[in-house]
Amino acid sequence: MRHFRYLEDAAILRLDTDKCIGCGNCVLVCPHRIFALRDGKAAIVDRGACMECGACATNCPVGAIYVNPDDGCGCAAYIINSWIAKVRGKPSSGCGC
Amino acid sequence: MGAVPRVATRLGLRDHLGTVGARTGLARNDYRVTPGLYCVGSPGADSPVLVSANYKLTFDALRRELASVDAWLLIVDSRGVNVWCAAGKGTFSCEEIAYQVRRCRLEDLVSHRRLILPQLAANGVAAHRLKELCGFSGRFGPIFARDLPEYLLQGKASEAMRTVTFTLGERAVLVPLEICMVWKKLAMALPLFLLLSGIGPELFALHSTLSRFAVLLAATLVALVAGAVLVPLLLPWVPFRRFWAKGLLVGALLFLPLLLALPELGLVEGAALLLWVSACSSFMAMNFTGSTPFTSLSGVSQELRSGLFFQLSAAFAAAVLWPLAAFFS
Repeated sequence: MRHFRYLEDAAILRLDTDKCIGCGNCVLVCPHRIFALRDGKAAIVDRGACMECGACATNCPVGAIYVNPDDGCGCAAYIINSWIAKVRGKPSSGCGC
Repeated sequence: MGAVPRVATRLGLRDHLGTVGARTGLARNDYRVTPGLYCVGSPGADSPVLVSANYKLTFDALRRELASVDAWLLIVDSRGVNVWCAAGKGTFSCEEIAYQVRRCRLEDLVSHRRLILPQLAANGVAAHRLKELCGFSGRFGPIFARDLPEYLLQGKASEAMRTVTFTLGERAVLVPLEICMVWKKLAMALPLFLLLSGIGPELFALHSTLSRFAVLLAATLVALVAGAVLVPLLLPWVPFRRFWAKGLLVGALLFLPLLLALPELGLVEGAALLLWVSACSSFMAMNFTGSTPFTSLSGVSQELRSGLFFQLSAAFAAAVLWPLAAFFS
């Protein structure tokens, strides 16, 4: 995915190294390979490539990773539909993805 | 437990027709596989159990890669949605996997206690929770089904197998759906096109209304080609990170030469069309964010603000200039 970079500073991703037990789950599951194990702890080595899928946080057994928890995906139609739903006070119709 | 259905590892004509339906949106959201246990080859008590989603394209992608493999397939009810999106929506979950494991009485069928999960289920499935939920532990296999035979041989996935890709081919198969999703919006816009094209010195004169309507429609189709076909295909080579800017650039670049080749269009008319094409192409390109595997929710929310501001202003300006132009020509 080196050819595909999105907005580098946008993603909300925090790693609490003190909590980390170095199990390596985040390194394994990340589809953009942004984690690595360094000295027995996880480290974020390519923050700009994070797409906030949440795989790392879901699979962290000690809750050391925080990813943007907002419901939804990186999809313009989805976000627009949820804005419209908020204004109309109705549940979002999603985006069909 | 009854017999476990064995599925074909070669796709037939009906499978391919169904793929066309799913890829064009004709039968996209109504193409599910019945959840439960299936098998490929002649699996036994030691054979691996592969977990996957019950979306038609997912199931086909899985079974067509398993011609040389003996395995059990545990298909969970992801409501006819692919693995990654279903995991994001919460339907491809630990609870659902555990439910299917119990329902299919998997512990009576195999002697081991391991499930192989698709890596892209990780955003919804906490593999370390599975053991206590159903007695089986989960292990993440490769992202793509095509790497499963190699993974099963080696017992582990390489870095390449764990990295998501977005190749030209992977982008190209998305284009038909991008186009098909626009038809409905376009059909709704046609009366508006007709209305805006009819305003002029001679109100709704048949000939001028129709010819201006045709020009507006043709320009919109150019925007469709730019935003829904060219931007997805040329994605890594189009400058700018923000998709709305990519769409604006490609739309304007594609339309300018056409505009110059049609000197009978006046300046105001040309400006209106250029604004309209740029806005449409920009909007369609921005919508492609939802089809890519690398855009973050925070990033898209960020670009939406500037993108929508440009698109709405440009579309509004075009809607004012287009009828106005009829009075100048």
